[in-house]
Amino acid sequence: MNGALPLIWRKFGERYDLDGNFCETCGTAFFPARPVCPSCRRRGKLVPKKMPKTGKIVSFTEVFTGPAGFEHETPYFIAIVELDNKARLLTQIVDSEKERVKIGAKVGKVFRKISDIDPEGPIAYGYKFKVVC
Amino acid sequence: MRSVSIIGTGCTVFGEHWNKSFRQLIAEAGIEAIQNAGVEGKDIEALYGGNMASGRFIGQEHVGALIADQLGLNPIPATRVEDACASGGVALRSGYMAIKSGEYDVVAVGGIEKMTDVGTDQAAIALGGAGDQETELFHGASFPALYALMARAHMNKFGTTEEQLAAVSVKNHKNAMLNPKAQFHREITVADVMKSSYIASPLKLLDCSPITDGAAAVILCETEKAKEICEQPIEIIASGQASDTLALPGRKNLYETMAARVAAKAAFEKAKLTPKDIDFAEVHDCFTIAEILAIEAIGFCEKGKGGPFTEQGKTALDGEIPVNVSGGLKGKGHPVGATGVAQAVEACIQLQGKAEKRQVKDAKIGLAHNVGGSGATATVHLFKAAEGRK
Ligand SMILES: [Zn+2]
Repeated sequence: MNGALPLIWRKFGERYDLDGNFCETCGTAFFPARPVCPSCRRRGKLVPKKMPKTGKIVSFTEVFTGPAGFEHETPYFIAIVELDNKARLLTQIVDSEKERVKIGAKVGKVFRKISDIDPEGPIAYGYKFKVVC
Repeated sequence: MRSVSIIGTGCTVFGEHWNKSFRQLIAEAGIEAIQNAGVEGKDIEALYGGNMASGRFIGQEHVGALIADQLGLNPIPATRVEDACASGGVALRSGYMAIKSGEYDVVAVGGIEKMTDVGTDQAAIALGGAGDQETELFHGASFPALYALMARAHMNKFGTTEEQLAAVSVKNHKNAMLNPKAQFHREITVADVMKSSYIASPLKLLDCSPITDGAAAVILCETEKAKEICEQPIEIIASGQASDTLALPGRKNLYETMAARVAAKAAFEKAKLTPKDIDFAEVHDCFTIAEILAIEAIGFCEKGKGGPFTEQGKTALDGEIPVNVSGGLKGKGHPVGATGVAQAVEACIQLQGKAEKRQVKDAKIGLAHNVGGSGATATVHLFKAAEGRK
């Protein structure tokens, strides 16, 4: 499913540039972009917004048994990252010494290949994060 | 106000049924429930079948009609209900509401998953569909990884330990020893869990529920009518359901399950009861951390205290509030679409005093908690023995 070309193409902005949106009514940032602000609903004013490229780790896990398409990547880190504007996303943590992957660690966005599940299909690229200090 | 009771139950042995198909399993559970209810096929007015991923597991959709067909119940309306691993709980709730509304008096509810017709890779893909394809699975987050993220957050916030998580697994394996229908009949120790290999840290192999084939069914009936035809009807005294964001990052906290808390609160309010009134609970322990999150969301212990509460034996068969006396998903097995219905079957067996070696003493009120995905769907049902036919 993730290897489908139209899906990959549709997701360029989100996965390459962290395109999300922002509710001007309540000041909440959303990633991915939401069709409606869950707090303000019809009173919300949503505008497109690029997310900041840095944040901190809220939780993490080291995956030893990966799903299809990731079997050869193990072990790898998955984390929930809270970006500097409080929006959260799930991402892989790469290029980081194991001991430095911990809750509260500052991370920055990098651009990487994510997977190529379908050998005949397109390769999916997108964001991963690495520990920056 | 109309009330709804369970008048018959059926459940297959849970395990790897290489010699039985989807159809055979649901027929076995369904026929047992109908015969146990003392009604005939012609008395049943509608059917709800909980199933998560038959399309992925056996290449078959449209299983609502298939189940009615196999049970010889055509032409009654038959509906498949899908909410990931909460499909069974939501199917039960659908049947409950259909009677509550006054539309029907007698309804069949089934739950089924046939998971071992595919390899474990394919099974993992099927189960992965309970999470968010675009923002979680895309990045390589397996289903255990999502619960591992919640476990780590809980450990960080409250000091929960891996040994406390292991205690859930040890207890549930011990309970499963007393359940002839459980997948595992093997006691394990905390040390066994601790030395099993990491799947997604901090979760290890023995923190995870297995891949299971199985089916369960209950027959629901309007309570006044149930009292005329059934010796030991079990009344569903409340049904709560709630939802949360599909993906974990959208949630306010990773260390609590909001949907389960809301569903439990709704059920307790409807029944005018509190967690203290509950005598036993079947909760959704797809991973050990999930049982800790469940008992906190329901309110059996303080938020953050689920680890020590479990380690101190308070959720054991002879504890303050016995949790998962059936063996739970970990010990009894987890055929995802069947689980929510199987929990209701266990509640009936306990309240009818027929649980033999795993019987909870003086069980008057039971609770079932069923969760879909990483917590985006939750159902909570409360059960009580009703006065039956003399
Ligand atoms: Zn808003």
